[in-house]
Amino acid sequence: MPTKELDGVTVEVNDEGFFVKPEQWTEHMAELLAKEEGIDTLSPQHWTVLRFVRREYEEKGTGPTVRALGKTSGVSVKELYELFPKGPAKIAAKVAGIPKPRGCI
Amino acid sequence: MPRRIVILGGGTGGTLTANRLRKHYDVDDVEITVVDQDGSHVYQPGLLFVPFGLTDPDHLVKSRPRQLRKGVGYHQSAVDRVDVEADTVHLDDGTVLPYDVLVVATGVRLLPEETEGLEWGDKVHTFYDLEGATNLREAFERFEGGRIVVNVVDMPIKCPIAPLEFAFLTDWYFQDRGLRDRVDIAYVTPLDGAFTKPVASAALGDLLTEKGVSIVTEFNTGEVDADAGRLVSFDGREVPFDLAVVIPVHGGQAYVGRSPGLGDELDFVPADPQTLQAKVKPNVFAIGDATSLPTSKAGSVTHFEGEVLVQNIRHFLAGEPLSATFDGHANCFIETGFDKALLIDFNYETEPLPGHFPMKVGLPLLKESRLNHLGKLVFEWFYWHSLLPGRDIPGIGAAMPMSGKHR
Repeated sequence: MPTKELDGVTVEVNDEGFFVKPEQWTEHMAELLAKEEGIDTLSPQHWTVLRFVRREYEEKGTGPTVRALGKTSGVSVKELYELFPKGPAKIAAKVAGIPKPRGCI
Repeated sequence: MPRRIVILGGGTGGTLTANRLRKHYDVDDVEITVVDQDGSHVYQPGLLFVPFGLTDPDHLVKSRPRQLRKGVGYHQSAVDRVDVEADTVHLDDGTVLPYDVLVVATGVRLLPEETEGLEWGDKVHTFYDLEGATNLREAFERFEGGRIVVNVVDMPIKCPIAPLEFAFLTDWYFQDRGLRDRVDIAYVTPLDGAFTKPVASAALGDLLTEKGVSIVTEFNTGEVDADAGRLVSFDGREVPFDLAVVIPVHGGQAYVGRSPGLGDELDFVPADPQTLQAKVKPNVFAIGDATSLPTSKAGSVTHFEGEVLVQNIRHFLAGEPLSATFDGHANCFIETGFDKALLIDFNYETEPLPGHFPMKVGLPLLKESRLNHLGKLVFEWFYWHSLLPGRDIPGIGAAMPMSGKHR
């Protein structure tokens, strides 16, 4: 299992850099992870999405899809793409320190 | 007083569940009622063939009530809502149906209205319903050259391989008409490859390349601009087209949303992936496309679920633990054109692998063959005469076979 140094802590990630153990994540790590994804500062709206994504993961065992995010997070799909241009579901999950969303089959 | 089982939806799942249950119970012991909003049962796997003139739309439709066994009640009305607390279903025609067991089998709705600019017209089509597939046949007949895009807007969709089959058959169709050199075909998907599962995704991606179909991945369609002939993604990328074949966003039925506790944010019904019991209440079950289970929305899945569902409803009515378990088994023929097809077989845990089905001597998996194409054609007969009436198909069981597969 690959690991990654973040904020002086070694965290377990998968091949694509998604957290394997969400309990290792901290809010400060989110700032660092966001920079890696080209997001310089996390706005309050980013945080609304990140907290929502973590809550969804805790309740359902997987992160939400973009469409589910658009319907339930209070942030529209268009805005979600402005916040996370490289793909809201994936990038928000990565920055929020949860495993890659299972998505749909 | 007999106990009452109400089944919402008279499609694949509802029909086969009703028919299987009817065999197990006397009419005096258990009353079974199927509710549907219309009387036409469409053989949905056949829709793929309509635009290419390979099947006649009229052949795909039969009477819904006539697929039900004697002793199964049929009530034609749309559903207004389910009152899960009171164990009743309220229908649009004012009828209230009380139940001891409810089965949700109402499949999915196509929601083109959720995508900006997506309206069916001269240049923008779908083959995911009978009317769309029929119109597309005429559009294809008129098409003399240009760029065709096959676009999946978002997952989940019914039969996630059908759009790929559509691209393969488009290549065949224009070769057959001698126009292939004047037609560009692009496959535009929100996924990061041709399919959701890695081994099959690579094989199917290669096949697209082989057939000269270009692939655009991770494209999340934000707008379909018919006038300008372009798809625009949420992140601002554009794909031009002369004719777009769009698979619109899917959701569960609207009544699910009107029934407190029954559905999720997309109106699909969360259920236990093994027992098929709905999360909302022990006497509610769900089958097929209507569920939010992490497996494909496909007829084969519904068929395999049916066996498990019926066993668990019988356990439930007998006051026993729900011991039958579904493994997520899916089995799909993938039509690739030129009278050939591939076959894939997988479940929750095992992705589609190469080998043979159902055992070492059998149909080749993940490999084009004429035999698989014949399998796909013959399946239509089995659907009406074996699957819907609730008979077992020899050699094809609910649990996924591992013998014959290799990693």
